[in-house]
Amino acid sequence: MDEYEQFKTTYFAECAELLGDVEVQLSSLSDGSQDPEVLHAIFRAVHSIKAGAGAFKFTQLAAFSHEFEALLDRMRDGRIAVTEQGVNLLFKASDILSAMIEAAESKTQQSEDFGKEILDEISLIVTGKLAPFQTIKNSDDNQDSQVNQESAPDEKLTYQITFAPKAQLFKHANEPLLIIRELKSLGDLTSIPILKNLPSLAKMDGEEAYLAWNFELISNVRLDEVEEVFEFVTEDCDLEIKTVSDNSEPEDEIIEKTSVATQSSDPANQTAKSPVTAAKVTSIRVDLERLDRLVNMVGELVITQSMLSQQTNDLPSEQFPHMVRGLEELALHTRELQESVMSIRMQPVKSVFSRMPRLVRELSAKLNKKVNLTTIGENTEVDKTVIEEISDPITHMIRNSLDHGLEGTEERIELGKPDTGNVTLSAEHRAGRIVITISDDGRGINRQAVMKRARERGLIAETATPSDDEIDNMIFAPGFSTAEKVTDVSGRGVGMDVVRRNIQALGGRVSIQSTPGKGSRFTMTLPLTLAVMDGMIVQAGGDKYVIPIPNIVESLRPAKSSLKRLPTGQSLVHIRGHYVPLCSLHRVFNINGAITDPAEALVVLVESEEFGTTGIVVDELIGQQQVVIKSLESNYKPVPGISAATILGNGKVAPILDIEAIYRISQQELRNSPVPDDSDHSDVSENVQDSLASKEAATLAAQNAEIPTPSIG
Amino acid sequence: MSKKILAVDDSKTMRDMVSFTLKGAGYDVLEAADGLLALDALVSQSVDLVITDINMPNMDGISLVKALRENPSFSSTPILVLTTESDDSKKNEGRDAGATGWIVKPFEPEKLLKVVQKVCG
Repeated sequence: MDEYEQFKTTYFAECAELLGDVEVQLSSLSDGSQDPEVLHAIFRAVHSIKAGAGAFKFTQLAAFSHEFEALLDRMRDGRIAVTEQGVNLLFKASDILSAMIEAAESKTQQSEDFGKEILDEISLIVTGKLAPFQTIKNSDDNQDSQVNQESAPDEKLTYQITFAPKAQLFKHANEPLLIIRELKSLGDLTSIPILKNLPSLAKMDGEEAYLAWNFELISNVRLDEVEEVFEFVTEDCDLEIKTVSDNSEPEDEIIEKTSVATQSSDPANQTAKSPVTAAKVTSIRVDLERLDRLVNMVGELVITQSMLSQQTNDLPSEQFPHMVRGLEELALHTRELQESVMSIRMQPVKSVFSRMPRLVRELSAKLNKKVNLTTIGENTEVDKTVIEEISDPITHMIRNSLDHGLEGTEERIELGKPDTGNVTLSAEHRAGRIVITISDDGRGINRQAVMKRARERGLIAETATPSDDEIDNMIFAPGFSTAEKVTDVSGRGVGMDVVRRNIQALGGRVSIQSTPGKGSRFTMTLPLTLAVMDGMIVQAGGDKYVIPIPNIVESLRPAKSSLKRLPTGQSLVHIRGHYVPLCSLHRVFNINGAITDPAEALVVLVESEEFGTTGIVVDELIGQQQVVIKSLESNYKPVPGISAATILGNGKVAPILDIEAIYRISQQELRNSPVPDDSDHSDVSENVQDSLASKEAATLAAQNAEIPTPSIG
Repeated sequence: MSKKILAVDDSKTMRDMVSFTLKGAGYDVLEAADGLLALDALVSQSVDLVITDINMPNMDGISLVKALRENPSFSSTPILVLTTESDDSKKNEGRDAGATGWIVKPFEPEKLLKVVQKVCG
């Protein structure tokens, strides 16, 4: 089988991997694992090795793996109990398998009785002749291989065949036509269809077989070769094959049994001497720069591909079927390519999380607090660039929890809390993003102190009455620090505002939930990758915007009757018993020429941890597309409400919306705009009049939040 | 147009060999490493034949056959299961699930082609 020579390299590489798997699974088996999947996995590995060995004619390896597999098969279905000796035998067998593979790879000839002792032991156990460990059931099938040494008859025979398919023939997707064709290839064929079962057309069921045939085949092939034609349909048809020639007597079959159990001269030595192949390492290290280049190129490819498909969208597919199909395949492959490239860069957050216990240990000693850190979800994977960026924010938030969040030991005892404070760091995937939370069971946020400080700093108006949540999240405001005195641990002038800004620069969000006396929880969500994402292209006025798909719940065209407006000016849409607040894209970005009446426009429902569900009012949905993310900060400057930008198929830049920022802007706008007359509160379209005025305020307000005030400390 | 065949096997060696043999005979060959990936591949396209291994992680060959037979688009697509002499019972299990036929591993290229021609022409 020389034509398979070229696959040997793959085969041996695969063998090394499979042997590694076997090793791992065997270890867990010897550790007492009862998981049936362990034996299945070993079985699969040995099975794959055997299949290749057979194909490449490594007879010794094939024979050995065959017995090995038979043993595993009996172990996994419980016919042979998995005892300690059993596992030991499996270990020995895998050593021999490994040595045999190595010999085959290096093309060294092994003595014929290499591994014979183990092979014999296995054979005897498999055939039930030896029971070193308990045999539960006798093996029910005989593994003796039969070597059929029939030879083809010299003279031509006449076969008379009656073939009547049953209805279920089609259920297995067999096709009588192909069978007849194959029969014809064997010799001279005369066929007479039997039509007596054929119903009238009206009664015919396309799924049923009605025809039958009588064949006469004159050929020099053997009976079993004729029978083989019907190999797959024997149970799905009535079949009769008769030979008309005198030579119809069945020939004697010469059955050769494989010899079993001849003792080898020095088998123990053989096994001991055989070197055991260590599983080869199947991963390589790649320079990150090369990887980045790859990612960038794939990013460009994605853009080119979407450009191509956009420009050929109107191509009549009946006129250019190959072109259209080619483009479809290109889209599919581009996507697959991009996904595989992205997955190369995915790494578990463990590398960051594992640094935290040390930080906590050092800090707790310095602060003289007892702290217990729990980490959850260390194996959550995220893009390498994200990993690099989350280390600092996490460190900062943990410092914050330890310093400000957790009480001192004495204080905790006084409060009746356990003296050891708990900090939990966890990571998980949610809606295409990674969510990292840092929670503590400390004192929670001192809202009065926060309000006092915020007023002092002029972060909020004297008269403002923010909600608890809003107060809590003020700790992220620029230049904010509530620490009574500047400590060595936190409050070095780099406040939570920097943390938030850094996270936002990554397209992420951070917020805090706090219960006084019970503790606080930082929640940080980040995109899994910083390079591409799925986006919905929407249009407002003449401009196109991208809404991240993971945020989108649904989109709808609201009926006029389902639209309401609150006295505050907030528009709502009534959907399935719930009122959902609306924010109009044209108001947030002051877009001219956009549809202003939500009843005429489209509403895209988006969801976020920060505000729940809201509806974004846009003119039109253009379509879903994978977009390559280009940072606005590094290429232009940060713009409120926009997290990044992308290049569309037509070469134009489209902003990617930061829906939470948009929601905040529209809320601020409502708060800052005068409450409209009660009289028109149900007429949404007239609300647009004050949009320009409020626009100014919104822009100012938004800018306000972005101008860093000098930090203290 | 040449016929399209989906080869499903967790062993790359096997996939490569099946694919090499069939491509050499002028077939179009797609590959999948397990049952789930095979179903993924079949979401967007149809094939003229599926050849699947039985022992695979995630989703084995028998479950794949069943899943395909339950799908009206694939109820009449021929499916061959790859078996070894040691799992004779698998042959029947494959049949019961709705497989069209089987190929016994290890196989010679000619045998593979013969069986493929037998079920899909």
